[in-house]
Amino acid sequence: MLFPLILFLAFVSGYLLPWWAACILAFAAAFFFGKTSGPSFWSGFAGFGLAWIALALLKSFPNEHILATRVAHLFHLPNWLLLLAVTALIGALAGGMSALSGVLVKRVFEK
Amino acid sequence: MKIFKAFISVAITVALIWAMQTKFGDIPPVGAFLNPATGFWQNAESKNIEPSGSLKLKGLQGKVTIQYDENRIPHIFAENDHDLYYAQGYITAQERLWQMDIQTRSAAGRLSEVVGAKALELDRYHRRMGMVYGAENTLRGMMKDPVMKVVINAYAEGVNAYIHQLSPRHYPIEFKLLNYAPEEWKPINSAFLLKLMSETLSGGSNELAMTNVLNKFGAKVTSDLFPDYPTREDPIIPAGTKWDFKPLPIPQPPASFKAQMVAGMQTKDRVEGIGSNNWAISGSKTATGFPILANDPHLDLTYPSIWYQVQLSAPGVNVYGVSLPGAPCIVIGYNQKISWGVTNVDADILDWYQIKFKDGSKNEYWYNNKWNKVTKRIEVIKVLGQQPIVDTVLYTVHGPVVYDNAGIASEDRKNVPVGNALRWVAHDESDEFKTFYLLNRGKNYADYREALRYFSAPAQNFVFASADNDIAITPNGKLPLKYKDQGKFIMDGSDPANDWHGFIPYEQNPTVKNPPRGFVSSANQSSTDQTYPYYINWQFAPYERGKRINDRLGAMQKATIDSMRVLQTDSYSIRAQDLLPAMLNNLDASKLDDTQLAALKELKSWNKDYSPNSIGASIFATWSNRFYRLTWNDSFNDKKTLLNIPTMDRTEELLIKDPNSIWFDDKRTPVKETAADVLSRSFNSTIDELTRTHGKLGTGWAWGKVRPFEVRHLAKLAGFGSGNFESSGTSSTINALSEGHGPSWRMVVQMGPQTKGYGILPGGQSGNPGSFFYDDMLQTWKDGKLKELLFLNSATEKSPRIKTTLTLSK
Repeated sequence: MLFPLILFLAFVSGYLLPWWAACILAFAAAFFFGKTSGPSFWSGFAGFGLAWIALALLKSFPNEHILATRVAHLFHLPNWLLLLAVTALIGALAGGMSALSGVLVKRVFEK
Repeated sequence: MKIFKAFISVAITVALIWAMQTKFGDIPPVGAFLNPATGFWQNAESKNIEPSGSLKLKGLQGKVTIQYDENRIPHIFAENDHDLYYAQGYITAQERLWQMDIQTRSAAGRLSEVVGAKALELDRYHRRMGMVYGAENTLRGMMKDPVMKVVINAYAEGVNAYIHQLSPRHYPIEFKLLNYAPEEWKPINSAFLLKLMSETLSGGSNELAMTNVLNKFGAKVTSDLFPDYPTREDPIIPAGTKWDFKPLPIPQPPASFKAQMVAGMQTKDRVEGIGSNNWAISGSKTATGFPILANDPHLDLTYPSIWYQVQLSAPGVNVYGVSLPGAPCIVIGYNQKISWGVTNVDADILDWYQIKFKDGSKNEYWYNNKWNKVTKRIEVIKVLGQQPIVDTVLYTVHGPVVYDNAGIASEDRKNVPVGNALRWVAHDESDEFKTFYLLNRGKNYADYREALRYFSAPAQNFVFASADNDIAITPNGKLPLKYKDQGKFIMDGSDPANDWHGFIPYEQNPTVKNPPRGFVSSANQSSTDQTYPYYINWQFAPYERGKRINDRLGAMQKATIDSMRVLQTDSYSIRAQDLLPAMLNNLDASKLDDTQLAALKELKSWNKDYSPNSIGASIFATWSNRFYRLTWNDSFNDKKTLLNIPTMDRTEELLIKDPNSIWFDDKRTPVKETAADVLSRSFNSTIDELTRTHGKLGTGWAWGKVRPFEVRHLAKLAGFGSGNFESSGTSSTINALSEGHGPSWRMVVQMGPQTKGYGILPGGQSGNPGSFFYDDMLQTWKDGKLKELLFLNSATEKSPRIKTTLTLSK
């Protein structure tokens, strides 16, 4: 339940809002729908990671990855796929932590 | 416990988000940069291009149609001048905003604002040498001209119209990397670009190094080793051309200058020619019977390309060519009636004056037999992450004192004399873009001559061809009226006799129209022979490229676009032709080992062409360079004092006429060496060096491998450049690729009833590394080919090459 919701929010907000706005949305989603800390973290982690991969690829495929390849070389990475992995990992960490925070804050208010 | 856990988790999350939005050192903020919503992924342009689009822009007066061709070159059709330059500004900013920002920032001494203290030295230098002062003066000049005021302001409005609607996710990638936002474009920025060009092309000086030579060796040796005219020359204005004007009285040098020069016959760092070429041949020598014009200006080759191609059309003008991103009009190009191009003149328009201050407060200086007050100009340099630096620059009657004490002098700028004021034409009020505005609309030779009057700095050799069969060339700009050798050395700033004595009247700048030989050309060499009454400079770029061009054009009949294309990419070395026989004559082959003999054989059979697979070219380039350095190092390489080194031209003459000259003797050894010894040593070290770095004599020694070339990103970002490739040519050949410099635009125009242009950029139209148009023309450029340029006669003309139509309206 939480995972598809975060995935959806992270993906759609990518077209409208700055990236950190999705962290607040993930926090809110976990606050209302999260149950336990582990699964919430992983929902945020995977939701963000996948949304970022999808958003990046939607830009990068029509570009034949020429920009991603150049930027990968700029950061001394051998190819653009690794750059995509780094991107996804960073997004996933932010998403995971946001969702975890959401569910932990919710617990504070639970009886 | 629950509260504690929640608190820790929220704290970590907030810290993480903060860290992802923050720049650490040179690493961009990772979250801001990598996230796909607003980060760099947004800069990836799609291969699919929209065939049409329309935009509403409030600042426009009418409708503007822009046709983009297959290389994303815009063809702009407007209903009036204002809209034309507004659209040029808008469209250029769309492709090149970061380049425009960083170049003008650099000129304005404002890099530290965005990159921090590491740019402080450069910013300080640009402020102190008067770049801002000069740009303010030029802006004033342009704003006084009602026509140019409209042009410059409309261009700025257009750039700003683009910036205002730009959201952070669409900022060019370099802004994201450096983590700053585009700012409002100001009309003065166009003037800053001129100052940058002046700095590149006339901002070097070797007066300090020459003064040091004079002090060390005396005037006799100095005149002998640094003559005022080269041994070998083939001047721009053909030798023997008559001067049909009555010159102004030539100023006399003051007694102190003569004393300096006569006393026992006892004062610039200048780069020897970056190298540009241009020429025009008369209809009598072409296949069509109409003139052909060619130009390849050489500059640092970078991504984004220095130039931006565009066609500009409005009532009264329809012109095609290249523009400087950040400035209105076409700089090099053609319309249906005329074509023109430029190379650098190498005129001495920058001089140093020794200043005597009254006391340590430096409030007054001695000039014209009295104490005069300095004017202080405060420069505030903002620095990222630091308090702003406030710098006071002292201005004298001559200009700014660049470094007033040794404490602020830069280690990287040893050629800037401490305690000297700088006099530079680029400081003066001027209106250079007017020249281009008029040339863009020019119809004939008279229009060309009129346009040149407005050009101040950096002085350029303006080549010209028209559909009515005129060709011409004019080394042109605001050239100071000087006594002979004025400014060859540092001058005494207290004596008004050392001031510039006005300027050479524009109509008396050297010029030639339809010379009998049937062509005109320039390659930065001496403007004239020694009969020209005025002093322009004592030293110009070496003559080799000019000579090769003139040899080839002289022999050419029924020339075509293709003959011109081949000549632009010619890499035959006149230097090798002049120098190699003398080097070989003086080399004793009996002392050589097998490898050295094999290399010698290779060199002897070399066709003197710097082609990528030539082994001889690598041997000759290394050997002649080592020979040159070995000849002069003992006397001219002084760690404490900067000394100018005699030219290659002078070295050649010594080798040929005086191989036993004392200059070949290495003063550090007890024996007396001759040219033969220097040649032998340098030959041996050449073969050792090539063997060590490129393996055994063989294909590894090919010129293309020994001297790889790369078009690098303007900020030298890894991965954003072209990567190394093999190429022909060197600085003394027509295709003068050397140390990152090269032909930044190649253009050939066939005049006629239907004028046709051909051209190529070493890169592309887009400044976005994520665009297919970032480097789409490089391969054609590398292949030495040109593209036929699409010249549209109207906004509605059809062409299969048009890929996108963009309509702008109010």
